Amino acid sequence: MRRHIPLLVEALTAIGLIATPFVVPHLGFAPDTVNQILTWGLFGIGFDLLYGYTGLLSFGQSAFFGTGGFVAAYLLTNNLMANVPLALLIGIVGAAVAGVAVGVIALRRTGIYFAMITVAIAETFFFLENSPLSAWTGGENGLPGVPTPTFHLFGLTWAVGTGWSMYWFLAACYFIGIVVALRIVRSPVGAILIAIRDNPLRARAVGHAIGLYKLAAFVVAAAYAGFAGGLLGVMQGFMPPDAFTFDTSGQLVMQTVIGGGATLFGPLLGAAVWLYLRDFLQAVVGLGAAWKLVLGLVFVLLVTFLRRGLIGGLVDAVALLRGRARPAEAEGDAPAISTEPPPLASIARRRRQDDAFTGPVLEARGLTKTYGGIAANRDIDFTVTAGELRAVIGPNGAGKSTFFKMLTCEVPPSAGTIRFHGRDITGLDVSRVCQMGLTKSYQVNQLFARQTVAQNVMVAALAERRGIFRLDLLRSIRSVRGLQAQVEQTLAMVGLAARAEVPVAELAYGEKRRLEIALALAASPSLLLLDEPLAGMSPRERVETVQLLKNIRRGRTLIVVEHDMDAVFELAERITVLHEGRKLAEGTPEEIQRNSFVQDAYLGGVAAE
Amino acid sequence: MITWPNFVSQLFNGLASGALLALISCGLTIIYGTLGVLNLAHGAMFMLGGYAGYVAFQATGSYVVAVAFGALFLVVVGAVIERVVIRQFYDRPPEDQILVTFGIGIVIVELVRLGFGSLTKTVPPPSWAAGVTPMGFLIYPTYRIVVLAIAAAALAALYIVLYRTRLGMIVRAGIEDSGMVGMLGINVYRVFMLVFGVGAMAAGFAGIVNAPVVSLTPDLGESILVQTFVVVVIGGVGSFPGAILGGLIAGEILSLTSMVNPAYSEVMLFVVMTLVLLLRPQGLLGLKGRA
Repeated sequence: MRRHIPLLVEALTAIGLIATPFVVPHLGFAPDTVNQILTWGLFGIGFDLLYGYTGLLSFGQSAFFGTGGFVAAYLLTNNLMANVPLALLIGIVGAAVAGVAVGVIALRRTGIYFAMITVAIAETFFFLENSPLSAWTGGENGLPGVPTPTFHLFGLTWAVGTGWSMYWFLAACYFIGIVVALRIVRSPVGAILIAIRDNPLRARAVGHAIGLYKLAAFVVAAAYAGFAGGLLGVMQGFMPPDAFTFDTSGQLVMQTVIGGGATLFGPLLGAAVWLYLRDFLQAVVGLGAAWKLVLGLVFVLLVTFLRRGLIGGLVDAVALLRGRARPAEAEGDAPAISTEPPPLASIARRRRQDDAFTGPVLEARGLTKTYGGIAANRDIDFTVTAGELRAVIGPNGAGKSTFFKMLTCEVPPSAGTIRFHGRDITGLDVSRVCQMGLTKSYQVNQLFARQTVAQNVMVAALAERRGIFRLDLLRSIRSVRGLQAQVEQTLAMVGLAARAEVPVAELAYGEKRRLEIALALAASPSLLLLDEPLAGMSPRERVETVQLLKNIRRGRTLIVVEHDMDAVFELAERITVLHEGRKLAEGTPEEIQRNSFVQDAYLGGVAAE
Repeated sequence: MITWPNFVSQLFNGLASGALLALISCGLTIIYGTLGVLNLAHGAMFMLGGYAGYVAFQATGSYVVAVAFGALFLVVVGAVIERVVIRQFYDRPPEDQILVTFGIGIVIVELVRLGFGSLTKTVPPPSWAAGVTPMGFLIYPTYRIVVLAIAAAALAALYIVLYRTRLGMIVRAGIEDSGMVGMLGINVYRVFMLVFGVGAMAAGFAGIVNAPVVSLTPDLGESILVQTFVVVVIGGVGSFPGAILGGLIAGEILSLTSMVNPAYSEVMLFVVMTLVLLLRPQGLLGLKGRA
């Protein structure tokens, strides 16, 4: 692992910002251009948190840029307020409030729907500014006469002017913006946002209220936009109405993608490239209005061939030049799963209110799921007692996966109820059910594909440590109590401790399957459902995983769907047989083996092979 | 003052512009439904259709040639864009597809600006449709009636293609389950190219038919794109009938609100969209669980 130097990025940023006025004039940048770059860069920090980190592509950031700008400019130009920083702050709050309102609507959908809705809502803001609110916003004329700030510090007075004087003010604002953003990225929330980007389904299933986290990211992005919008007015001495246009949103998106997403600094670089090329193409090359055509072509080429932008491309190039110096992890022949079970949870699991409950762990009554006219599950009664290891078997299409999805509340049943520790959980969100101690490992791996093994487990452990939602944006992820221990312990249990820093993409298939189980384990479930944990494994991997299941069942209740009959009859205490959506039989392995219905429907076919 | 003739004529205006919006939105829906790509260059294609028609009109003086050329030109442009760019993006996340079509839209707009400048261009209505038509108690511009008729005919033609031809069957199957279509041994790439062409044509055709009503500028497509999004959100993404219903609703909202106060017409449109999103997030005719 690389050595971690605290605040290195912050220090380098400060040095860069201080050095800029002494360096960039030699590169042909005018101070006004640099100031614009800073404003766009700050605007882009929030957008990068939203798109680069959380994966939400909004084409409507102009709404908040304009809102923050006009709120601040209105206060400053109508003699309501002389304090520029305070007006900027109120502008930020105004933009954030608008962000809550828009986010609640737009985040009802994802993907392309989200993009379309943000476009449409941003247009609404533009039209509102333009006519109904023109008495306050100046309509098409905007608001002229926005003052620059004056600071009184230690008996000194600093009246911010234009040019490089304005630069120092904007640089200070940018620095604040980047420091806050770096803290957010390094906070537990930052890790969860990345998880939502990479696999929203799993982020939710391990117990995070992803809707609220997405809203948080949206509001933070709106606040940054409002800050930058306010600074635009202060910088130009004039708040222009075109801050609200679709062009503004589009330019922000393009600059961020050109510079590189999920970097925080990408938008700044993108803005520099954008504004430099604009001036260069217009003035030096003499392209006139065609400069935007060139930028459009550059953008299309970048999206097609250099998706991670200039910074991402640079990182990749450096990695290539170093020649993939990473030595291949030496993997011994020793079995990864020890037959000596690792010590049981020495760290305190968060207490759940159901821990004292003594009845059946899970009790489903009359569970039915129909799709159209087809019944995937019909009238299933199902009870599991504490500490049991139950297997659910049945031929393909018997409805096992649907049954599991209903038990973990991924899909609501058409009829019937589910009680977990005596509490009715029917219709609850899957994240809430996971918080109560019921989760599942998936038949098809649901991992956070771009993260390391340890980061994957950490996402799940964070939900267990912090609960369903907490807005600790500025707290370091390292300070979450017991997190590291829980991650290490979970990895040790599944035999991946030596692979903690390896990216998921480099894992062998059997290792990915074990990580899949680790994600469920890290949520500290009292009831764990495993959907075909042995699917696709080699004989040796099967032996290891059966041992793993034996280890993890201590102190837990397990329900396993599995096709490997040898493993089922070795592990399970009771077996439930599903057939054509109904419960065909239930009993001990011996009873099931003797059951003539089961032999006809299922096992007979296996024996005849 | 709101009078009956005024109200009825605005009702007709809404119908005509709504039918055009429906046509454009159908193009967007066909492309999205079959290819899974949200085409942010759709507004630019609408604008490009207008300019293609303008060029043809300047050369021949014939409205019919202008419309035919505008539509055909966009089929070619759409097919080429699909072949050269979009095809690289089927395996990439939807956000990448949105970004690249957004970039293509900018390239189209700036190319047109380079070629024709920012000043407006006009295409006159054909001589047989100039002037006004008395309709009982109101007098109505003849060309708007023609627009309504043409748009309705185009929607009908699109309906026949979608519901009565082999291509249409594949497209509708693609909207239902795109993964399955690829497994059926259909040359999906050729179909995709054709579909992108037809989708672009729907936008371009609307663009040239609409050209005599408005003046052409390179930025014409932007507000149309946004309105198209609203239509699709109201109607339901991926639903052909939804696109038509949404288009007519949007056309009427814009037109009837502007009768009361033009400043609020767009705002009203977005208010309705927000209401639909809150009450029925999948859109009026959209299916739950998609998108």
